Amino acid sequence: MTTIAFATLLALSLLAYVWNRQAAGAIRAGGTRLHSLTGFHGLYGLLVVLVPVLVLLLLWLAFQRPVIERFLIASLPPGTYDVLDTGGRQLLLSEIRSIAGGVVFGEPDAWKIEAAQRLVALRETSALLMVAAAAGLGLVLMLWARRCVSASFRARQGVERIVMGIMVFCSIVAIATTIGIVASLVYESALFFRMVPITEFLFGTRWEPQMPIRADQIAAEGAFGVVPVFLGTLVIMVVALTVAVPIGLLTAIYLNEFASPAFRAWAKPVLEILAGVPTVVYGFFAILVVAPFLRQTGTQLGLAVSPNTALAAGSVMGIMLIPFISSFTDDALSAVPRSLRDGALALGATRGETMMNVLFPAAIPGIAGGILLAVSRAIGETMIVVMAAGLMASMTINPLDAVTTVTVQIVTLLIGDTAFDSPKTLAAFALGLLLFLVTLGINVLALRIVRKYREIYD
Amino acid sequence: MADTPLYGADSPAGSVIDRIRPGLAARRRKELRLKIYGLVAMGIAFGMLALLIGSLVFTGWRAFTQTHVTLDVFLDPAEIRAETLPRGGFDSVLEASLLQYFPEATERAERREVMGILSNGAQFILRDRVVADPSLIGQTIRVTVPTSDSYDQLRKGLIDRETPERLRRLNDAQVERFDRLEAAGVVSQPLNWALLRNADSRFPELAGLRGALVGSFWLLLICFLISFPLGIAAAIYLEEFAPKNRVSDLIEVNINNLAAVPSVVFGLLGLAVFINWFGMPRSAPIVGGMVLALMTLPTIIIATRAALKAVPPSIREAALGVGASRQQVVFGHVLPLAMPGILTGTIIGLAQALGETAPLLLIGMNAFITSAPDGPFQAATALPTQIFIWADSPERGFVSRTSAAILVLLSFLIAMNALAIFLRQRFQRTW
Repeated sequence: MTTIAFATLLALSLLAYVWNRQAAGAIRAGGTRLHSLTGFHGLYGLLVVLVPVLVLLLLWLAFQRPVIERFLIASLPPGTYDVLDTGGRQLLLSEIRSIAGGVVFGEPDAWKIEAAQRLVALRETSALLMVAAAAGLGLVLMLWARRCVSASFRARQGVERIVMGIMVFCSIVAIATTIGIVASLVYESALFFRMVPITEFLFGTRWEPQMPIRADQIAAEGAFGVVPVFLGTLVIMVVALTVAVPIGLLTAIYLNEFASPAFRAWAKPVLEILAGVPTVVYGFFAILVVAPFLRQTGTQLGLAVSPNTALAAGSVMGIMLIPFISSFTDDALSAVPRSLRDGALALGATRGETMMNVLFPAAIPGIAGGILLAVSRAIGETMIVVMAAGLMASMTINPLDAVTTVTVQIVTLLIGDTAFDSPKTLAAFALGLLLFLVTLGINVLALRIVRKYREIYD
Repeated sequence: MADTPLYGADSPAGSVIDRIRPGLAARRRKELRLKIYGLVAMGIAFGMLALLIGSLVFTGWRAFTQTHVTLDVFLDPAEIRAETLPRGGFDSVLEASLLQYFPEATERAERREVMGILSNGAQFILRDRVVADPSLIGQTIRVTVPTSDSYDQLRKGLIDRETPERLRRLNDAQVERFDRLEAAGVVSQPLNWALLRNADSRFPELAGLRGALVGSFWLLLICFLISFPLGIAAAIYLEEFAPKNRVSDLIEVNINNLAAVPSVVFGLLGLAVFINWFGMPRSAPIVGGMVLALMTLPTIIIATRAALKAVPPSIREAALGVGASRQQVVFGHVLPLAMPGILTGTIIGLAQALGETAPLLLIGMNAFITSAPDGPFQAATALPTQIFIWADSPERGFVSRTSAAILVLLSFLIAMNALAIFLRQRFQRTW
C-alpha cells in the first residue's frame, strides 16, 4: 500500500509536469511570449505537487503507528491493559502485533485475537486513507498549479523559491539533529535525575547499576556514582595518548622535514589506513593479540595483569589515534610560514634545530588543538573499550587493572532489555549527556585554539 | 674592505667558523638522533598496521575453507516419506550411511559420538535437497556435508594431536575415527561458500555472513538515499546562497561540531527519538540507516562545500554574464563540475558508515538472527555488528570466522576507497 501511495505521488507529479508544460507550450504556440520557459512551467507543476504530498506521506508513515496503537489500546476491554505495568503493556502489544502478523503461539485469549483483527483492520484503513489523502491532495494541487499557467506567470522564480526553500530545510536538518540529540539526552536524563539525585550521580564513588528490572529479580540495590567510570575513561585515555602522542609527533616531524617526497607520498596514505580501519576491528585485535601478549609479558615480569587490562584497550586506541595526531601535526608544521624556516636555516641552524627550535614551537597551538581533538576522540571511542576493557567500575588508576569507561557503560546498559522507566536504562542517557557535554567542550576549545592560531599567520 | 676574503683563516669571520666547527659534529648527531626517532616511530606505526593485518589474515584465512564429508546416503522410504516432508528421519539415514565406516560402533553412546563428526546442520542440508526433489526418496544420493567445528579444527591443525588427551577437545578414539574417514578419502576441504551464503548460526561451521551483508546493504542504501540529497542541498545553500549572518554561522559551527560528536551519542539519539518516541521497529535497518545518515551528513556537507569552493569564480561569472539566474549557474554549471569531488567525499563517508558499530548496537542490530532480512523494516544485523557478535562467542571456531568476517569488511572498505581514489584521479580538474 505504501508502494501504491508513492507510485501515485510519482505519477501525479509527472502528470503535472507534462500538463503544465503542454499548457505553456500551447500559449506560446498561440503567439504570446511567455515570461518563463515551458520547462519551468512544467517543473513548477511537478514541485507544487511533489513537495507537499511527499511531506504528507512521510508524516503519515512516521505517526501512523502511535496513532493506530492509541486507537487499539482504547478499544481493549477494561481490566486488561490499564492494570499492567510498562513492561507488561509492551509485552501485550507485541503479542497482539505478532498475532496480527499471523504468528500465533498456543491459544491466545479471544479478546487478544479480536484485538489483533482490529489492528489489522486499522492498519488497512490507515493505508487506504493514506493513498486517498495523497491522491486527493495531489489532484487539488495539480489543478491549482495548472490554473497558474499564463503568459505572464513567473514560473522560474516560483521554481527557484521552492528549491531555495528545500535547500534551507536541508541545512536546518543539521541543526535539528543537534537539537534532537540535546533534547533526547536532556529529557531522558531529567527522568533519571528524578530517581537519582544529580549530586549523587556526579560525586558518588560507587557505580553498580545492576538494578532489579522486575520486582522478583534478586539484584543489588544499585548505585549510580559516575566518578569511578570517569576515572576509568581517563586512565584509558592517558594510556592511549602516551602511545599516540610521541609516535604521532615524531612521525609527523620526520615526514615533514626529513622524508623524501617519494617516501612521503606513499607513507602518508599507508598511515591513513590506520585511521580508516573500523574500530570494531581494533577491538578484536586488542582481545586477539594485544591483551594475551600483555598478560604473558606481565606474568613473566611477575606483575598481576588483569585479562581486560586498561593497557590493552588504551594502547590499541593509541594506535588508532597515531594518524590523527600525525596529520594534525603535519598540517600545523606546514602552516608555519616559510620565512621562519628559511630564516633559521640561513642563520646556520641544522634542519633538526630548525625543526625543534623554530617550527615546532611555532606549531604548538595547532598541535595542541589536534591533541585535544584526539582526547575527545579517545573519550568518545566505544567499540575498542566495549570489547577489550572491563565492565566493573573501580576506583583505580592502575592501568594494569580492568577499568570501565563511560561508553562501555552506555552500551552495556542499553544492550538487551531497555525499559524507559528504569533508572538502569535512563542512567545510560545521563552518561550520554555527560559524554556529549565533555566532548563538545573539548571540541569547541580545540577548534578555537586552531582557529586563533591560524589568524596569527594568515 | 673589498679585497679581504670573506672566509679567510685570519679574518674575523674565520674565527666564527672556528668557534662553530667543534660543536658541529654533536649538532649533526643530534639531528641524526631526531631522524632516527622519527624513523623508529614510523616503524612502530607501520609495524602495528602489519601486525593488525597479519594477525587477521593468519587467523582468518582458515575460515575460507571448511572441512566436508562426502557420503552416499540411501534415502530409506521407511524413514522419509513424501507425505510427511519436510519432516522425516534425515538424521537416521545419515547415521546409517556414516556408520558404514564404523561397523564396530553398535552402542548408542558410541553411535552418538560418531554422528558428532557431522555438523548439526547436515540433516537440514539433506532435507532441503529432498524437499526440493521428493523423487529422490528411495534412491542413494551423494551428499557433501560440513563436519562439526572440532573436527574442522582438527583437520586444519588447530587441535594439536600432541596435546595430552585430557586437555584436548577430541579424545584419541575420536581422532582415530576421523583419521579412518580421511584414509577412506571422503574428507575434503573445499572453499567455504557457506561463509557468504548462510546467515548467522550458533554452530560456527554453519554460520555465514549473508544476513549481515544484506543488512549492511540496506543500511548503506538508506544512509545514501537520505544523506546524499540532504547533504548536497545543505552544502549548496551554505556555500552559494546563505547570507553571511549569525544564523548561517550557527549552522556552520553546528555542522563542524556534529562531525566530532561520539558515534555512540548518535545511537542514543536513534534509540530515544526513532525507537522510543516514533515507535519504529528495533533492530531494523531503516532506523540504523537513518542514524548513520545523520552521522554521514556532516562529512558529505564538508566535502561538498570544499568541492564547490574549488570551482573557479570565472565559471560562475561567465554564466551570470550571459544571463543565467544564480540557481541556473549553480545547478547548470558549478554542481556538475564539482560532482567528482562530491562523489569522492560521499563514498568516503559511506565507507565510514559501513564500519560504524556503536550506534547500531544501541538500536539493537546485534540480535541473533538466522535469516537474511527481506526488507529494511525487518530485524537484521550488519557486518560490523556481526563481527562484534562473533568476537563475543565462546566457541573456538568463531575466532577464525571473526577474522574472516573482518577481512570481508576490510575488502569492502578497500574497494570503496579505491573507487573514491579512482574518481578523484580520473575526474579531478586543476583549473
